[in-house]
Amino acid sequence: MFIRMILGALFRQKGKMLMVALTVALGASLASAMLNVMLDVGDKVNRELKAYGANINVLPKGALLLSDLYGMEQAPDTPDMYLSEEDVAKVKTIFWAHNIVDFTPHLNTSGTINGGADAVKVTGTWYQKHLSLPTGEELETGIQRMRSWWDVSGDWISDEDTDRAMIGSALARQQGLELGDSFTLGVGTNEQTFTVSGIIEAGGDEDDQVFITLKTAQDMTDKQEKISSFEVSALTTPDNEIARRAAENPRSLSAKEHETWYCTAYVSSICYQIDEVVPEGVAKPIRQVAESEGTILEKTQLLMLLITVLSLLGAALGISNLISASVMERSSEIGLMKALGAHDVPLTWLVLLEILLVGLVGGLIGYFAGLGFAQIIGQTVFGAPIAAAPMVIPLLSVLVALVIIVGSLPSIRYLLSLRPAEVLHGR
Amino acid sequence: MSQMLLELENVTKSYGSLDALKDVSFSVEKGEWVAIMGPSGSGKTTMMNIVGCMDKPSSGTVVLDGRDISRESPRSLTNIRRDTIGLIFQQFHLINYLTALENVMVAQYYHSLPDEAEAFEALKRVGLEERARHLPNQLSGGEQQRVCIARALINRPRLILADEPTGNLDEANEGKVLELLRELHQEGRTVIVVTHDPEVAEQARRTIVLEHGRVHEIRDNEKD
Ligand SMILES: Nc1ncnc2c1ncn2[C@@H]1O[C@H](COP(=O)(O)OP(=O)(O)OP(=O)(O)O)[C@@H](O)[C@H]1O
Ligand SMILES: [Mg+2]
Repeated sequence: MFIRMILGALFRQKGKMLMVALTVALGASLASAMLNVMLDVGDKVNRELKAYGANINVLPKGALLLSDLYGMEQAPDTPDMYLSEEDVAKVKTIFWAHNIVDFTPHLNTSGTINGGADAVKVTGTWYQKHLSLPTGEELETGIQRMRSWWDVSGDWISDEDTDRAMIGSALARQQGLELGDSFTLGVGTNEQTFTVSGIIEAGGDEDDQVFITLKTAQDMTDKQEKISSFEVSALTTPDNEIARRAAENPRSLSAKEHETWYCTAYVSSICYQIDEVVPEGVAKPIRQVAESEGTILEKTQLLMLLITVLSLLGAALGISNLISASVMERSSEIGLMKALGAHDVPLTWLVLLEILLVGLVGGLIGYFAGLGFAQIIGQTVFGAPIAAAPMVIPLLSVLVALVIIVGSLPSIRYLLSLRPAEVLHGR
Repeated sequence: MSQMLLELENVTKSYGSLDALKDVSFSVEKGEWVAIMGPSGSGKTTMMNIVGCMDKPSSGTVVLDGRDISRESPRSLTNIRRDTIGLIFQQFHLINYLTALENVMVAQYYHSLPDEAEAFEALKRVGLEERARHLPNQLSGGEQQRVCIARALINRPRLILADEPTGNLDEANEGKVLELLRELHQEGRTVIVVTHDPEVAEQARRTIVLEHGRVHEIRDNEKD
């Protein structure tokens, strides 16, 4: 009979129940979208932030020593000032290889334009380099991916180009060079003619530089297979106490701490691991960037959590209103049941179970709708799909049940205080 | 054991400064049929609520079937109501999403155990076996009132309380409802009917007239 009463209430008042289900669905969909995005956002935001450049710089030991003493510019040209180009791909063999997003080598030198007197900085690097790693992995990386904020008019050059170059916008103005113009670049005793393929507006030092392919730079400087440094963009975990201590001195950690540190993607542990595979180089975190990334990520997650809580709160209010309205509307029915001998507890169960069943349907609809929303958010905000976290299902069930129960509390209190005499005689 | 099913003594019910009932005393014998009359606002419904264990008097005692219901807890009042009283309302109060049959079964459910066959018998008795599967909004007022009566009698209550049962009905349906009340009375149930209709009141053995919350008059309707 209990079941017949519940089914009767559900199926013969479809309209009203649908409203409750939809409210629950709305709240649940927002919550499920936010939770899914939140659990996935760490990676997404990190990747997004990585788009703004490298967070680790790997320099030759010698260069580091000398630059500490004199600054880069005056460093003499000795063999230990260079790393080998084949070292670069080794970063993909470290423990946290998976977190290495992009990397690119640089060969820095200086030259003259059209025989002028001023020395300009010339950088050879990778643009969209296709790599086949010894592990069998295929990937594309290079400066084009690591400087996505550069405003380039014209075209990026490709790694096969030998006679095209990109120049900074300030340099272009100064030299009166435009897209398609040719110029002669002199490096040491070598001279070569290039066409301007792209002009870079970077808002930094790059605006005064000439960019050519790594291969061309190596040929012009006679530094085959050599590079002056390389930069790495890695996904990192925000630093904590252990990471800070390790960054000062990895040996200060206990064995257990060391293990934890090594197996966590702190920027310092990734640097440490790069040092292990590139013994001639020293990996240095570019501090500022790495740290602000951690805080931005934390703030983004906090924001999403806040939105989740707010959306659930909103849903609870909506549900509370709808349920109150439905209980009020049914007060004569509930008064009647009391008059017929119904005690408070079974009556409460009747109403609650009804709402929970409706909430279940709403929650299910909401969950799947939320997955849809999450994908939309993922695509529009991060340009990547959001993985559905299975953990969201139990979390959402508990939250929805809680919201429904909290939302129906006022109605249930009203229901318990209802006196049949007052409702049955239509006063 | 007394012959009385119901005894009211100096019952007063006040709403603030207003006394809806004042010093009301009367008694009803087992198996008796009593009509309550009186102008609007005279306290008829208030009294029925107290007798029906849905309200408590401000002072005075009400003894129903040997128990002083003015002293019982709400919980045991619910039980007494469930076990001894059948309620018939002017507005029927059927549950609109349950069929006629299910509406009768709800009363069984809260009393003991639902028994579909028995509920169906009760509907048959009020002449609604054809309508058992209909929802209230598919029934006429008279039919709805008969479902309400079937629901009131399903648990074999000793006392039937009807507050203006014919107030919303036309003459033909009023006749049917009166006929049913008469049958219940003949079965030995005690019936108390509130009515404005002297014809309905005449069916009862006694008429208690309330005015301004006081018993104005008790008359015997000599029928035989
Ligand atoms: N809950 C309440 N609060 C305040 N006043 C009340 C309440 N219930 C009843 N009254 C007052 O008590 C008086 C008696 O009301 P009651 O409903 O018993 O009259 P009645 O005889 O049933 O009238 P009617 O014939 O119109 O149904 C009225 O003046 C009414 O306004
Ligand atoms: Mg009344």
